[in-house]
Amino acid sequence: MDPIRDALDKAAPLFEKGGRLEKLYPLYEMHDTILYTPGEVTQTSSHVRDGMDLKRMMFSVVIALIPCILWAMYNTGYQAQFAIASGALPLDNWQSWLLHELGFSFRNTNPILCVIHGSLYYLPVLITTMAAGGLVEVTSASIRGHEVNEGFLVSGMLFPLTLPPTIPLWMVFIGIAFGIIFGKEVFGGTGMNFLNPALVGRAFLFFAYPAYMSGDAPWIAANFSGVDSFTGATLLAQAAVTSGALEAASWWKSFFGLIPGSMGETSTFACLLGAGLLLVTRIGSWRTMLGVVVGTIGMALVLNLAGSATNPLFAVPFYWHFVLGGWAFGMVFMATDPVSSAFTDVGKMYYGIGIGVLCILIRVVNPAYPEGMMLSILFMNMFAPLIDHFIVQANIRRREAGYAT
Amino acid sequence: MAKAEREALLDPLFNNNPIALQVLGICSALAVTTKLETSLVMSLAVIAVLIGSNVAISAIRNQIPSSIRIIVQLTIIASLVIVTDQILKAFVFDVSKQLSVFVGLIITNCIIMGRAEAFAMQNTVKMSLMDALGNGFGYAIILIVVAFVRELFGSGKLFGVTILQTVNEGGWYVPNGLMVLAPAAFFLIGGFIWVVRSWKPEQVEEEFHVGALLEPGHEGNLR
Repeated sequence: MDPIRDALDKAAPLFEKGGRLEKLYPLYEMHDTILYTPGEVTQTSSHVRDGMDLKRMMFSVVIALIPCILWAMYNTGYQAQFAIASGALPLDNWQSWLLHELGFSFRNTNPILCVIHGSLYYLPVLITTMAAGGLVEVTSASIRGHEVNEGFLVSGMLFPLTLPPTIPLWMVFIGIAFGIIFGKEVFGGTGMNFLNPALVGRAFLFFAYPAYMSGDAPWIAANFSGVDSFTGATLLAQAAVTSGALEAASWWKSFFGLIPGSMGETSTFACLLGAGLLLVTRIGSWRTMLGVVVGTIGMALVLNLAGSATNPLFAVPFYWHFVLGGWAFGMVFMATDPVSSAFTDVGKMYYGIGIGVLCILIRVVNPAYPEGMMLSILFMNMFAPLIDHFIVQANIRRREAGYAT
Repeated sequence: MAKAEREALLDPLFNNNPIALQVLGICSALAVTTKLETSLVMSLAVIAVLIGSNVAISAIRNQIPSSIRIIVQLTIIASLVIVTDQILKAFVFDVSKQLSVFVGLIITNCIIMGRAEAFAMQNTVKMSLMDALGNGFGYAIILIVVAFVRELFGSGKLFGVTILQTVNEGGWYVPNGLMVLAPAAFFLIGGFIWVVRSWKPEQVEEEFHVGALLEPGHEGNLR
């Protein structure tokens, strides 16, 4: 009747208790539950009042990421095509060879060409992430005897979007493996991680291979070493060096994301589309996002007032911070991660404010770390349990006072 | 060798490792392990000081007045550290320069103070010698393992000899910059502890769980 169901049922005894491949049961279970609804139903009365389970929640995040993913493919290609049109050379790699063999022009910023060009860089990174992360996930699920979990799907979608297009694939492999193992599995798997696994992987790569993760070279997939009129540095990096860099650039261009940067994080607009879906479905917390915005504005104003003669970033107004670097992507998709953020409602606000303040502080005061957003989110992840603790304690004290013994 | 002596010698290697189980002496384990050479010299220095302090303190343990015992212990340890430092400066000057303050800081290494106070004050000279050797080698094992991984993957070398030729020198290996930074030692020591505890599950501490709040004596917190 249904060949896939039949094949799965036929294979089932192999993986069930006593079967020859008992150890690989999570692998079987994963395919079964992705293709079909789970066979087990709740037998006794249950307390579920909503159909929102982990699987649907995670899928909603993936759907919210679609604008960013599409933009990643377009902008990666656009930046490369535009750089080559301005005189840079195509990189000497298989992507350029394939485009050349297919007879595509490198100097044309036709959107379809850009998407094709960009996807040649984005898709291998995504596939590597999924393969490497999936391997780690299935291995640890088999060792620990729990199910393969959809949490990885989101980490695996987020991770490629935070990487520069020219990242070597073996780095992607060890980056996501490190993120999943040390960001999540050592603490007990999805739901037990106090850090965001995708960001742990990215931070690992940033500190391990800084030459491939920062500076001028990695952000555009083209070789512009001989071109004086063109720089591959991100706008954030340029603003740190020259004071007039932002005045010369267009805010709207930056808002829509036609700037070099990590593949998925350049477009604030695409991130806001995703934020809309996360807020409507209530998966992302508006409190966290509001906190980040407030913290950013506050800290940027303070630094504007403080001023600095040597560091032009002090003068950057807050509305520019919104559209530079990973700020929007981090706020919408990383800070709101329900596992690693604060749990209490008030705590989420403090948590968000902390991220905003630290992000601007790191960006501005230490321009060597333009990844202020990544570092500030990881930092506040660590403080989230402490924030919750104080909120809960304050609540207990308030209610105790109400008893007036 | 009697059973007790054998235990004093062998237990600190894995069963009761000063770094992996007692989490002592971490500072130097983070600081000197970017290269195998420095960690080897550091390990030898700590072993030498540990043997000297354990034997000396154990020998005079019945003469030390209890109220000033920490001062006496520190005086002995500090003298030994100064001698060690001078010997290193005389014979391996380059390594001594790289180790910089960390040789001097052996004085504050908790392993040495800990063994003096917890073991040498109560046991015979022979037992204390065994204990010093065991703890010294337990410390050295971790330093050597961590330094091996850090030097190999961080700069592609072992004892300064190129094993993996790095890209900067015209080879193929892209060195992992994180390995040269102190956090790498944290990850590696954490990984080492993970491996040892998977091998010897009895070392796993009792887990903290939120349910503890529900146990008697904590009801007030839940009101």
